[in-house]
Amino acid sequence: MTEEECKQIVVKIIADIAPDEDLNDLKDDVRLRDQLDLDSMDFLDIVMELRKQHGIEVPEEDYPKLASLDSCAEYLTPKFLEKQSV
Amino acid sequence: MPETVLQAPGESHYDVLIIGAGMAGMAAAIRLAHFGKKVCLLERHTVIGGLNSFYKLGGRKYDVGLHAVTNYVPRGVRGTPLVKLLRQLRIHREELDLCEQLGSKVSFPGEELTFTNDFSVLESEVARAFPGQVDGFRALAGEVAAFGDLSGGGGGDPSARSVIRSHITDRGLEDMLLCPLMYYGSAREGDMDYSQFAIMFQAVYLEGFARPFEGVRRLTRTLLRKLREAGAERCMGCGVRELRIDRGRVAGVILDSGREVTAGAVLSSAGVTETLRLCREAREPEPPRNDDNVGRLSFVESITVFRGQPRDLGCDNTIIFYNDAGRFDYSVPGDLVDPRSGVICFPNNFDYGDRQLPEGFFRITCLANCDGWCSLPEKEYRAQKERWFETMVARALKFLRPVNRETLNERTLARDMFTPRTITRYTGHINGAVYGAPKKVKDGCTPYENLFLCGTDQGFLGITGAMLSGISMANRHVLSRKSDKSLEKMTQAP
Repeated sequence: MTEEECKQIVVKIIADIAPDEDLNDLKDDVRLRDQLDLDSMDFLDIVMELRKQHGIEVPEEDYPKLASLDSCAEYLTPKFLEKQSV
Repeated sequence: MPETVLQAPGESHYDVLIIGAGMAGMAAAIRLAHFGKKVCLLERHTVIGGLNSFYKLGGRKYDVGLHAVTNYVPRGVRGTPLVKLLRQLRIHREELDLCEQLGSKVSFPGEELTFTNDFSVLESEVARAFPGQVDGFRALAGEVAAFGDLSGGGGGDPSARSVIRSHITDRGLEDMLLCPLMYYGSAREGDMDYSQFAIMFQAVYLEGFARPFEGVRRLTRTLLRKLREAGAERCMGCGVRELRIDRGRVAGVILDSGREVTAGAVLSSAGVTETLRLCREAREPEPPRNDDNVGRLSFVESITVFRGQPRDLGCDNTIIFYNDAGRFDYSVPGDLVDPRSGVICFPNNFDYGDRQLPEGFFRITCLANCDGWCSLPEKEYRAQKERWFETMVARALKFLRPVNRETLNERTLARDMFTPRTITRYTGHINGAVYGAPKKVKDGCTPYENLFLCGTDQGFLGITGAMLSGISMANRHVLSRKSDKSLEKMTQAP
């Protein structure tokens, strides 16, 4: 699992949640909510889809770490790797 | 995982039991099952949809409830209820086949206002018919557009009329603006709560009307497919008789059969008073009755099926909200029906592209007296249906000038009428109250810690609102009980 693959997983989840958003030109270092029309309900869904699809738990205090694609990758990639090694 | 349709729950315990397979209950079930909750949807009837359903008669399918889906916005408009709904249920816009209205109007003695899904049309109509009021109207629309609180907060809810009057001084315009909003969502007589007014103003005027070519069936079929994909269990012909309360929570759900099922949480779309009346506490035989919060507003609807299209008769409007009385009177009539005002709907008059309904449909909705209709003996009930059908059509035709009675009669293929008696049977709402109780419970909470309301009494309105209500209550009370604040932080400016 590379950071790039991790970002792709997050983008795929966003595409499922918000099929009406154009995700082609997403900038990795800009907060998702500044580029997309995502509200708190949508972020809840990202967290829950991570758990459902990949068994990744994101505790509440870590939600801010999902702000941009870069921060998602930084935070989630170790979790994916941990999962793979089990 | 396949959806399971049963006559009784397959298990003895669920994460969540949902009472009522209407739009709200189904939407809640989809959300919860999608995220792995063990969910069972309990419906007393053998058909889904609740108030928004359909029936077959003489080989034809008739929609109940749905005239139009409100809150329609075209693709690309962001952050509105329709967009939220589609996202939360993972429904693609194309799946609902929403086709826009051709144009509607409010028709009062001596004055008409046309409106479409383009708000500027209504704005210019107000400027034309009430030139002195248009600035006030724009200010009112601005205030409503800024009203973003869909989930409810504390504090009182001012009267809609008082807010309108702070911008508009003409009582005629005030009534004309209120008429469609009251008919499509008000549980209160004579006035609306401002929050309900704002929700309806957005849904009807700032957003708009659309309809799937196949009507309500398209919506229910989509929801059923989603339920199946999510793996929710659905029990039909399986009503709830009692909610057994112990130490401030629902300890058991007793079905009509007498069997008891347990659940971590119960979401009820039965209505606030109806739900509380189901609650029984062992030590206190008298349940809280909440009798002061019972809705009274119910409706009759006549349906005429005719050969050809409304356009052949010169009728181009989608929906006409009419009033023939001096002042618009939105209240329970003393007589069985109040034919002075009503709503005409031509389901044919949506932009279906190259498709068209094979026959013309002409529906009229009027305010009705539920007690009156429900206390009639069977024979008299039928006779009164005939009588009022004629009266309603005669009054409505005054607002469809090119059409005369003979032309319509010649073309008529079938007709039917449903009354508050029918509505009570389908929804279980006390008094056949289509829009539920006048006092809404916006947070969905009840005196019991694991019992929550969704649906019409939670305060979201219209078919989009009903589904959003199920979604938001599922999110708030089951999926994210503690995390609301941290999620808010992520989406707010630093």
